[in-house]
Amino acid sequence: MAFKIIVCAKQVPDTNVIKINPKTGTLIREGVPSILNHDDANALEEALKIKDKYPDTHITVVSMGPPQAKDMLLECLAMGADEGVLVSDRAVGGSDTWATSNAVAAAIRKIGEFDLIFAGRQAIDGDTAQVGPQIAEKMDLPQVTYVQEFEIEKDMKSITVKRALEDGYEVIKIKTPCMLTAIKELNAPRYMTIGGIFSANEKPIHVWNANDIAIDLDTVGLEASPTNVFRSFTPAPKGKGVILEGDTEKEVAEKLLIGLKGKHVV
Amino acid sequence: MNFQLTKEQEFVRKMVREFATNEVEPIAADIDAEHRFPEENVKKMADYGLLGIPFPKEVGGTGGDQLSYAIAVEELSRVCGSTGVICSAHTSLCCWPIYAWGNDEQKEKYLSDLCSGRKLGAFGLTEPNAGTDAGGQQTRADLNGDQWVLNGAKVFITNGGYADVFIIMAMTDKKKKTRGGISAFIVEKDDPGFSIGKTEDKMGICASSTTELIFQNCTIPKDRLLGQVGDGFKVAMSTLDGGRIGIASQALGIAQGAFDVTVDYMKARKQFGKKLSQMEALQFEVANMATQIEAARLLIYQAADMKERNLPYGKYSAMAKLFAAETAMYVTTKAVQLHGGYGYTKDYPVERMMRDAKITEIYEGTSEVQKMVIAASVFGK
Repeated sequence: MAFKIIVCAKQVPDTNVIKINPKTGTLIREGVPSILNHDDANALEEALKIKDKYPDTHITVVSMGPPQAKDMLLECLAMGADEGVLVSDRAVGGSDTWATSNAVAAAIRKIGEFDLIFAGRQAIDGDTAQVGPQIAEKMDLPQVTYVQEFEIEKDMKSITVKRALEDGYEVIKIKTPCMLTAIKELNAPRYMTIGGIFSANEKPIHVWNANDIAIDLDTVGLEASPTNVFRSFTPAPKGKGVILEGDTEKEVAEKLLIGLKGKHVV
Repeated sequence: MNFQLTKEQEFVRKMVREFATNEVEPIAADIDAEHRFPEENVKKMADYGLLGIPFPKEVGGTGGDQLSYAIAVEELSRVCGSTGVICSAHTSLCCWPIYAWGNDEQKEKYLSDLCSGRKLGAFGLTEPNAGTDAGGQQTRADLNGDQWVLNGAKVFITNGGYADVFIIMAMTDKKKKTRGGISAFIVEKDDPGFSIGKTEDKMGICASSTTELIFQNCTIPKDRLLGQVGDGFKVAMSTLDGGRIGIASQALGIAQGAFDVTVDYMKARKQFGKKLSQMEALQFEVANMATQIEAARLLIYQAADMKERNLPYGKYSAMAKLFAAETAMYVTTKAVQLHGGYGYTKDYPVERMMRDAKITEIYEGTSEVQKMVIAASVFGK
């Protein structure tokens, strides 16, 4: 039986070129290209690697966002995914992580059977790392976050992963179906292929509204979101560091002590 | 008139830009210095479908269009002119004539391998005494029973040392010359009597393999004739019409690459207390460069679009190549100038780009040949 993977992906502004309005503290989105979120590309790449090995694997990429997020799904199809799903509705606009995971979980339920959900750790525009784990909780699935190495058994029933910690890693064996979140150390995402680009339009992209995913409107959108942004600001840049030089360690330590004393730190 | 790229064409640019930035640019200076053919990147280009762009899926291509192909060559050449011409010579000069002139068996046998990049292609027309004067071919092909026997030599053959399949022009009737005396053949690298001669030591595109091809009683089956006996000159000229879009795109890419590097340099470099980018005299140079590049781009995209729509485009691809090649020389020379002394060193890529640019005024028809083609269409033949 074909292995079914759902990859959660988000279209985000390219933070390499983004600027922040210093007065309002909000992102300046004009003229900023939208891209496939980096960690999500790692999740998709791992799914594609499974498909390379087991070609009957079916990959559905699911996203939530404005209609133009379809472009990002097309890009995923051009990389090799089989199908795209976009949840797009004004009713889900402004959702925080809780509301977003409600909507995405509902979309996944509508997709139906799956063996694995792979998401990126976090999106570069919000950096919350919450949506993946919340989807898993709401769907009652076992989950492993921060996956840096991945191996699936031949029977496709269990997966062994390395989970990154701040000071090491855990090796965890998990049964399918389950939810994993990828970090950039997991792999190097492939490019689209030229053939993939010219075949992407032949693959289905479903655009679903709130009705289609049968979601309770009290659980999605700005109003339903428990998180509110109180204030956003650009932190003042730190001053330049000082490099102390000297011929001996003792000499440098002496200079350091003088400096610290001068600032009344010690 | 619609100057908007399709979603697919935009994706091709995005994909090839990323590929070129991550895979090609980091080794571009080294392979130039070492005169090393980048086999590892040709393999990657094959894997990503970059060696069969403008051919339908039925024959093993990607199903892409001529403009996407032009964009791909442009983006590769933006960081490495050598890599750009490897793709261009393979696609325009070997895949295309088989696609356009080959019979079903030949397409079946060769196109899928070529488009997927399992095999690399080259094209042999030029000889020591037959460059612009293509009718002066001395390579001969004689029918001997069920086999053609080729004798002679070709020079300056792009991809020569690494190609598996060669489209070769040879004289089959000396009296008729270009009027039916030349025929086209498909030669494979392991054919008996065929060998690679001298590898040229060039001024630019140093990572491209440019070699001599030698035919000493090279014997190939009768069915390797491409088109009919006597079609060779037409095969060659129609192939070069399309090849010019590839070389024009290479020239455009080289110009754009030199331009981008120069703009970045000018934003950082300070003299007399201000940045070069703030000096009006230099700004005006940059304005001219930008305008020429954009004009070249429009000529090329127009020619590619006409080819895609099966309109007569020979005049337009000649104009595109003439103008893009001159633009590449103009822009890269200015780029070196705007870098000052640094531009003349190998610490910056613009000197390589200037050396690479020059060939675009020479191969696949010199600028003078382009003018002949354009003038012939203006005045009639």
